[in-house]
Amino acid sequence: MLLIHCPYCDETLPEVEFAYAGEAHIARPADPSALTDEEWRDYLFIRTNARGPHYERWRHVHGCGRFFNALRDTVTDRFVTTYRIDEPRPVLTPLEAAE
Amino acid sequence: MTTHDHDFTAAPFLIEERPWSPRLSLRVRPQHRETLARSLGLDLPSRIGHRSVTDKTELLCLGPDEWLILVPAQGRDDLMAASAEAYAATPHSLCEISDRDITLRLSGPQALTALAAGCPRDLGSLPIGNAARTVFDSATVILWRDGQDSFRMDVWRSFLPHVRAILHKVKAELSSGL
Ligand SMILES: [Zn+2]
Repeated sequence: MLLIHCPYCDETLPEVEFAYAGEAHIARPADPSALTDEEWRDYLFIRTNARGPHYERWRHVHGCGRFFNALRDTVTDRFVTTYRIDEPRPVLTPLEAAE
Repeated sequence: MTTHDHDFTAAPFLIEERPWSPRLSLRVRPQHRETLARSLGLDLPSRIGHRSVTDKTELLCLGPDEWLILVPAQGRDDLMAASAEAYAATPHSLCEISDRDITLRLSGPQALTALAAGCPRDLGSLPIGNAARTVFDSATVILWRDGQDSFRMDVWRSFLPHVRAILHKVKAELSSGL
């Protein structure tokens, strides 16, 4: 079982308390009706599908209930870091260097 | 089971259902927390899992903007009135959820072992006097650690038969020395 650090509870807790919630940092278009069908399709369905570091959302569903973001390596399943939803996307290079 | 003699001193742990008591859910954004706490006369702990107890009122911080309040019946109306008064100046939500959960008391030398059967957390490291919202075999529960071997477990009403069934199974296994 994975252990995940919740940035709101500030505790590292078992995976079953959490729910995965898709790729992070996908902003809803400000004016959806101005988008073409292709742009709307891309917003809804097209994802990075990263092999390696992936920015993704998680929710501490059986806990504080908060959504937060995580940087997880999809190859090793290793969580590099987790951060609050209002924090900027952490830059990967210094994090990788710290590994 | 009526043909068996019960020796409760040897029971690995006890499961008791606690009587009904008022329960309120409070939601307020962090920037309004202190103002609201003053208006309501409450001590709102800011760290998730921490509690404060004042004059029979128990508060538990469940999230960055969420608290659970256990208040004696006579205090509830005062709190609701204070909340209504503060509402215009300090937006928040105070909602009665008394009927949503049933509380079990689990106590005895193997209470921790019993909880470990359904809860993935390391409950041994949960400090006495703290509490945690977590999961017990797919049901969200709130666990209050009141003593080394004494827990309260708030379970949503509809999940209670499931949770009780597991606890009774665990109790039977522990009693038989498994
Ligand atoms: Zn959390």
